Amino acid sequence: MAERTIAWGPRDSNKLIGTETTRLDGVDKASGFAKYTADMNQEGTLYARLLTCKHANATITRLNVEPAKKVAGVHTVYLFKNEGDDCSWDGDIVAAVAAETADIAEDGVRAIEVSFEVKPHVVDEQDLEAARAAEATKEEIVNRTVGDPDKAIKEADVVHEGYYGIHTISHMCLEPHGAHCSWNDGDDGPKLIARHSTQAVSTTGKQFASKFGLDATDVRVVCNFIGGGFGSKFAADEWGWAAAQMSKDTGRPVRLMLDRATELKTPGTRPSGFAKVTLAAKKNGVITAWKSHHWGTSGPQGRPIDGNQMPYVFDPENKHVLATGIKTNCGPNRAWRAPNHPQLCAITDTAMTDLAAKLKMDPIDLYKANLGQLDKVAKENGDLYRAQLDRASVLMDWKKNFHHQGEGGGGTVKRGLGVALHRWGGQSVKCEADVRLFEDGAAQVSIGSQDLGTGTRTVIAMVLAETCGLPLEKVTAKIGSSEYVYGNPSGGSITVGSVSGGTRRAALAAVWKLLDKVATKYDVDGESLTVGNEAVWSGEEKVCSWKDACRLIGSVPIAEVGTSPLDDGLTSKLVGGVQMADVSVDTDTGIVRINKMVAVQDCGLVINEMTAKSQVYGGLIMGIAYALSEERIMDNKTGRYINADMENYKLPRIGDIGDLVVEMYQPDSEYNRGVVGLGEPPVISTGAAIANAVANATGVRVPVLPMTPKRVLDALKGGQA
Amino acid sequence: MQEHEQQRHGPGGFNRRDFLKGSSAAVAATAIATAEQEALAQKKGKAAVQGPGKVDVTLTVNGKQHKLSVEPRTTLLDALRDQLNLTGCKDDFDTTSCSGSDTVIIDGKAVYASTRLAIEVQGQKIQTVESLRNGDKLDEVITGFVENDAMQCGFCTPGFVMATRAFLNKKPKATLEEIQDGLGGNICRCGTYKGITACALQIAKGGA
Repeated sequence: MAERTIAWGPRDSNKLIGTETTRLDGVDKASGFAKYTADMNQEGTLYARLLTCKHANATITRLNVEPAKKVAGVHTVYLFKNEGDDCSWDGDIVAAVAAETADIAEDGVRAIEVSFEVKPHVVDEQDLEAARAAEATKEEIVNRTVGDPDKAIKEADVVHEGYYGIHTISHMCLEPHGAHCSWNDGDDGPKLIARHSTQAVSTTGKQFASKFGLDATDVRVVCNFIGGGFGSKFAADEWGWAAAQMSKDTGRPVRLMLDRATELKTPGTRPSGFAKVTLAAKKNGVITAWKSHHWGTSGPQGRPIDGNQMPYVFDPENKHVLATGIKTNCGPNRAWRAPNHPQLCAITDTAMTDLAAKLKMDPIDLYKANLGQLDKVAKENGDLYRAQLDRASVLMDWKKNFHHQGEGGGGTVKRGLGVALHRWGGQSVKCEADVRLFEDGAAQVSIGSQDLGTGTRTVIAMVLAETCGLPLEKVTAKIGSSEYVYGNPSGGSITVGSVSGGTRRAALAAVWKLLDKVATKYDVDGESLTVGNEAVWSGEEKVCSWKDACRLIGSVPIAEVGTSPLDDGLTSKLVGGVQMADVSVDTDTGIVRINKMVAVQDCGLVINEMTAKSQVYGGLIMGIAYALSEERIMDNKTGRYINADMENYKLPRIGDIGDLVVEMYQPDSEYNRGVVGLGEPPVISTGAAIANAVANATGVRVPVLPMTPKRVLDALKGGQA
Repeated sequence: MQEHEQQRHGPGGFNRRDFLKGSSAAVAATAIATAEQEALAQKKGKAAVQGPGKVDVTLTVNGKQHKLSVEPRTTLLDALRDQLNLTGCKDDFDTTSCSGSDTVIIDGKAVYASTRLAIEVQGQKIQTVESLRNGDKLDEVITGFVENDAMQCGFCTPGFVMATRAFLNKKPKATLEEIQDGLGGNICRCGTYKGITACALQIAKGGA
């Protein structure tokens, strides 16, 4: 019973783990008491505004900031670029002005004299031939052949050829990137405090330190709350340095947040992908060959999406994959929730559904026919997909509602179903947790981690409370400062696994130390002791209360640091996931409405079912966004990002999401394998599932996401499946 | 129909026509008034040019009067956040449109604080999200948001709380369709609409 092994407790013994627990910081967030980077109203704060380039490709021929410095209330100007430097996209940052108020800083920006020599640009990421004519392509980034695809295609029972694509989107964090920096000239504490909107509290400090010639210990990074990151907020970034430099120059705290347009244009996008695909299969649906040529852009660097993972999840014996990059004068890319996967899925799973339609097969049967040829990563998921497909089918009532492609009804509004599936890694990485037990009974965990919205605070508090046998409100969880022990950057769905593994390990070690003290004091076998219900137990017998036990600690608290991950079953890796969409398409207006979405998602041991489900709901809604409305629109003539604002960058509103049904797939086998992260997977297959539902409804493939009314109407006019 | 009207112009119902119809002082004080607007203001005989320097304003926020000195171009959002430290009203740093993260209630109506100038809301009753939390006493919308996990990063959340509060004040028995329409002026990026809808429905059904 009380064997001292590092493990999670038996599932049915848990009081907190696996329950739906509300967030510890929920009231602070909902009532506006939670302080984000731009909410730090330190005495004397200066506000910064940015000058950006309005051209897609230009050289700065003149840059005179002296008039800005003369504006009353302007204190300093920071130059991101100088005369002679190039600006490579609309929104490239040139300078920042810090002033008494944001309005005065804008006066300063307007006073800067700047001229550009404008050069030709390429911003069309879809037209491959135009990009080739402009010599903007990077050919054969991947050119890989396995087996003999041409022979397999010749010998196949059925061959499908199609064109698919998905446009670039921005991260659109509601809290823009930015920092509030201040310098401390006292002897104590850090020299620079960077209140930085970051997904990487523990690793950003050194980027500030090296920039300013400081030791890492001279910089403290603080981020108690972050208003969205989605993969784009890992670095100090030059605007962070600019805030620190301007603060140093003026001796005043400086707040520099990107304005909305710059936020959309500059600190990251998700690359586009467009592809010509050929699929060959036997009559039974087993895919015998895959051929694809895809292209797209990550901005100036011109990287296409990862050709080594094409096709997605499935790995036929014969395949040929060709990838071409396009260098564009568009803002650069950054990791966007599940890098590469949504695009790979939107190209692979759409083609598979069209193949199923050609075979007059239910796409679920086509997936099942190919579960024997999963790629080497997905293969480790074993029979997961079969179980998840079956479960999602039940939740969608698929068997009753499914019809073959194009049989969506005789009226102008057609209804259809679609399905897609995904995989993700989510393996935890190095992360420390500092657990302390105090003589007054207090228990605390602290980690230099951050909460992107996943509920990190609540998760580590639940793990600590469960391990100590305490109610949640009796423990304290601290994150959001680099003064705490090392927490991993939150990217790649690794945080909940990493922080909970480390916390469990540290908490067990601390509790065992406490139990040793109890054993000595009460003269019982320490190995026989357990904690629970705010007490220490020997078998069924209560030895003492938690408070009494903690009195034995004395003035020096028990302090244990736990590290994750170790191969001890606390954490695991790899998830699957199946999603289904039920849509209605108005063939007169081209408007697609979501009726219902189903997501069945595994993530190993679920710590907090409530916040886990919220991640999946959020993934579905972001998926609806990039499937139906959200895209970066570049204007070929001016080279500008023309919808870089909250109104024209179309995100779904509260009435646009339909009925969302989420089920965490968690048989005992999932509990037993330990915790896996969950952030990315639920956003991956949403786009493909919705695209497949639209094709199922109308009988026509709308090839490129987002499926705006115009694209839907264009596809209906073309009529090709 | 009221809610339809709101959605077209944002919760504030702010549009060009309202702007031009608004107090002549506010029109003139923006210091960007066109000749036409100035003529209109003069006709009403109330033209009182303010600014561009700082002017004294009195704002009634959460039942208290605050005397401030701001430039006439200062938005209500900046005045609340930077001068009164009421940072529950979140700035999404868009100068042309808005996600609703800065939603406040003015004279009972949900309004984007970034679409009002501080000088033009003098004399009006301004309510910010902080007023819904008084020590341990929490408004049912706040507890409802927490119970339904209607938040992730939390940045849009206070604005959504205020939009929900204003909407339910007007339509305490709202249906699902009315909620989806009435809260359509706010945007969440993380995808928390399911919880927000559940919270509003729960309160509308008297279950909070």
